[in-house]
Amino acid sequence: MKKRIAAFPVYGVMAALCAAVLFPVLLAVILPFQAEEELRDTLAPLVNFSGRYSQMDFLPQYPTIANFRELLVYSPEFYRVFWNSLLMVGTILVFQTLTAVPAAWAFARAEFRGRKLLFNIYVIFMLMPFQVTMLSQYLVIDGLGLMNRRLAVILPAVFSTFPVFLIYRGFADIPRDVADSARIDGANEWQVLRYIGLPLGKSGILSCMVICFLDLWNMVEQPLTFLRDKRLYPLSLYLPTLGAGNGVILLAAAAVTLIPAAFVFVIGQEELERGIIASALKE
Amino acid sequence: MIKGKIPRRRLWFVPFLLPSMAGVLIFTFLPFADSVRRSFCAAVTGEFVGVNNYRTVFSNEAFRLAVKNTLLFTSVCIPLLIVLSFFIAYGLSRLRHIALIKSALLFPLAVPTAALVLIWQILFGDTGWINNILTSHGHEAVSFLGSSKALWVLVGSYIWKNLGYTVLLWLTGIMSVSTAVTDAARVDGANERQILFRIVLPELKPALYTITIISFLNSFKVFREAYLVAGAYPHKSIYLLQHLFNNWFVNMDLDKMAAAAVAVFSVIFAAIVLLQRAWDREET
Repeated sequence: MKKRIAAFPVYGVMAALCAAVLFPVLLAVILPFQAEEELRDTLAPLVNFSGRYSQMDFLPQYPTIANFRELLVYSPEFYRVFWNSLLMVGTILVFQTLTAVPAAWAFARAEFRGRKLLFNIYVIFMLMPFQVTMLSQYLVIDGLGLMNRRLAVILPAVFSTFPVFLIYRGFADIPRDVADSARIDGANEWQVLRYIGLPLGKSGILSCMVICFLDLWNMVEQPLTFLRDKRLYPLSLYLPTLGAGNGVILLAAAAVTLIPAAFVFVIGQEELERGIIASALKE
Repeated sequence: MIKGKIPRRRLWFVPFLLPSMAGVLIFTFLPFADSVRRSFCAAVTGEFVGVNNYRTVFSNEAFRLAVKNTLLFTSVCIPLLIVLSFFIAYGLSRLRHIALIKSALLFPLAVPTAALVLIWQILFGDTGWINNILTSHGHEAVSFLGSSKALWVLVGSYIWKNLGYTVLLWLTGIMSVSTAVTDAARVDGANERQILFRIVLPELKPALYTITIISFLNSFKVFREAYLVAGAYPHKSIYLLQHLFNNWFVNMDLDKMAAAAVAVFSVIFAAIVLLQRAWDREET
């Protein structure tokens, strides 16, 4: 029998830790359901300090969806920004996957001179923070006349090298013989990818899409650099411009922004975990 | 016929690789090579000025402040994150029901920074909720975002966001250590601490390498919190390299940006290579 450290206190510590980690998220979910009058004690001190510090009710006295109605019925602006986010994130995800899958397949299956070097270049640029390639990307985008257009955010992200790397990890696990035998049976390489690569590498591709979605839904640096017109901003950059002065609307908008991310997290958690592990650890 | 077929077969990968490679070349690689060239040239005239841009950048006060802060930030938050997450993962590895705990710890990864900006302000603002508690217990109000404490708020938000990620990696590493070996050691009379330090930790060195690199790269993303909560010019203790790049960009100081980008690239590149070398040597 394996000697176990007493499990009970460890569960206690973990529960406290989880509570602390989820505390700000719970606030973000609870506060928008409070009435405007109730939120005044929380928000007014941030804008106009009159000697009273911000106070919070953790449970709404009279839960209401008035703030959401205000946001969804009387703030048409919100729809435009939400659409910006959906459009940019959706386009990036689709085209990123379409270019990354064949490239990852080539890296996993082909043998040619310079393959290793090329792959290392991909990895190195994957590891660089945005600030390193910010100027280079700007020069190209400006040269193409794309500044201040949504394409300026979309195009460089489509050719991000991280998806190639992560999907490659999934393909590299497919035994060579399996793909080779299909090849001998007369299938061409596209068919091998379609009927063997995709089904077997599916989990890698899904992991990649989950991780990339969560990161893209939160993108700040790229739109901040390549978009000047605030009307083109995605949610992740637009929300903070509302400021504490519009706190009531901002809280409701933040909660709505959270929904797609939480949804993807819940349905994709397994893929997310697998992707994190595949991107970092060997085997 | 047959002769013509062989090279075509060998080159099957070209159409697979081409779209991705062309994109990477056009949007990243070639322009980066161009900014390396630019970093040795004057911004306006384009004439060769040697290392002048680098000299300007390195003697720039804002650059020095940003480098100092970025180094301080990373040297505090990375060891803290790695050690903290290891203990949590070690604790979790001893428990049976960990699915929910893992989900809770991972969830911050999914939360867009923008969704919590106001919450951070309510909590940490000069007139915020934490100060409400402090003052009602007779303490002085603390300016969390407007003083050197801002660095700690940023460290906290970094750890909050990345804890689940790192715990998951450690946990996977710990679980992959063969139970046959640890059980054998236990039979031979090793205690838990000896097993941890003599068997488990040495096995985890490769994991440590990637966890360090990933933690380092994610540390650059705290710019999102810092920028969205505190703006383009936050308190000087959290003025990071990312702010500097952003502000140089707004002012179109492209030659400085080029030199700084090349410098940052070189440092990160060297760090990765050195870490990998050190790790490879341990292996052999």
